[in-house]
Amino acid sequence: MPSNDFVLGLKCRVCGKLYPKAANFYCPDDHAPLEVAYDYEKVKPHVSRAKFASRPRNMWRYRELLPLDGEPTVGPQVGGTPLVRADRLADALGVERLWIKNDAVNFPTLSFKDRVVSVALSKAREFGMRMVGCASTGNLANSVAALGASAGLETVILVPADLEKTKIYGTAIYGAKVVKVSGTYDQVNRLCTQIVMEYGWGFVNVNLRPFYAEGSKTVGFEIAEDLGWRFPQHVVCPMAGGALIGKIYKAFNELHATGIVDQPVTTKMYGAQASGCNPISDCVKSNRERHKPVKTPNTICKSLAIGDPADGYFAANLIRSTGGWAEDVSDPEIVDAMQLLAKTEGIFAETAGGTTLAVARKLIESGRIPRDEEIVICVTGNGLKTQDAVFEALEEPATIKPSLAEFKALAGLSQPAAEPVLA
Amino acid sequence: MAIKVQIPTPMREQTGGKAEVEVAGGTVKAALDDLLRQFPGVGPKLFDNGKLRPYVNVFVNDEDIRYLDEMDTKLTDGQTVALIPAVAGG
Repeated sequence: MPSNDFVLGLKCRVCGKLYPKAANFYCPDDHAPLEVAYDYEKVKPHVSRAKFASRPRNMWRYRELLPLDGEPTVGPQVGGTPLVRADRLADALGVERLWIKNDAVNFPTLSFKDRVVSVALSKAREFGMRMVGCASTGNLANSVAALGASAGLETVILVPADLEKTKIYGTAIYGAKVVKVSGTYDQVNRLCTQIVMEYGWGFVNVNLRPFYAEGSKTVGFEIAEDLGWRFPQHVVCPMAGGALIGKIYKAFNELHATGIVDQPVTTKMYGAQASGCNPISDCVKSNRERHKPVKTPNTICKSLAIGDPADGYFAANLIRSTGGWAEDVSDPEIVDAMQLLAKTEGIFAETAGGTTLAVARKLIESGRIPRDEEIVICVTGNGLKTQDAVFEALEEPATIKPSLAEFKALAGLSQPAAEPVLA
Repeated sequence: MAIKVQIPTPMREQTGGKAEVEVAGGTVKAALDDLLRQFPGVGPKLFDNGKLRPYVNVFVNDEDIRYLDEMDTKLTDGQTVALIPAVAGG
């Protein structure tokens, strides 16, 4: 049987109307977003902990809960990233039990976006599409370009013109057609929606978005499996468009609905943003029903710089309903947290990871997250892509002649042993 | 005064298949009132209890009206109003 015939269709997240599986992303009645709906009773007899564990350690071991009709044809090795028990960081933050879900080492382009893109592009091929693309703040651009190239698809990628160079070249290298748009991400996004309506191409975060977003659930499945099939008490997650946080929670609920985990989901979800672009955290903190869009984001954390997040309303609601909270942090706090994570755990996260850790620290210090409960912090991208952000914070290395005397004269290094080591 | 309104695909059933409609009006509100007068079927898709639905964004010459004067944004002859679904990205 095909890997999946459990999908009921695409369901409107506002009016609940069900539509057939197609490259549609909004409800024709009220324009609200569509989401993939599954028949969990039908899934139940086909899944078990043992079955998942018998498969290779990647995101496709949970394929019954992903929306493909057949086998994945793009990104068959994506996912399966480590859940790192972070004791040294826990000590630094003054908490007891802490983990980092480390998607900075996701394959192939070092961010969680490889998960969503492999679902979207596998789906694009099922729909018979040849031309694919996206609007991106960088990580998605890298991923669509790389995975698109690996599948022989043509790719067109639109990015804000002020994006980090590393992310632009890290996209062009794969042969993608990159278009720099002089404007904010939201303007790029609006243009992409118009392109999709005009050309009908498969844009992963526009008309393929319902399928694309499902890939994020695998972060949640992996967290639960690596904790020994249970849910953590607190998850701190970065928010750009606001979809990831909801999909991690959806994953936990699906594991419960399909009988994989008996424990009901009581996890509190926390969202992290940069203060220079904080529509969702502002919405939560000021108890607004809907977010106020940020016209001109201003932060070093470009990967989270979406001023008008599509899932803003849903993310804010989820945070409130689970008893979590949202916070935002300044650029210096972001850089400081990037250094803290690197120095305590040996993990170099991108600015979004710094944002998430800095927010976690703020929530712990303010008492929102209790110090004696289990916390998972989601790191979604790699620091090698945003090195510009930390250069100024790091000390320039000393330069010496190749002389032992000069080396000895350096301050701040340990004294040699009393007896010469090689004597 | 002629203003062009760009109609997204699912609303075109209500505009007789037209992707672009000419309307009159000195503000976005007046222009959309005229659109609804010409094509009443668009009403429930665009508005809920008289308020613009949250998942439709309105742009005047590519600028989001939430950064202008919302529904009171002034329009002049030849400008384009685009109605665009707001659920992409991220």
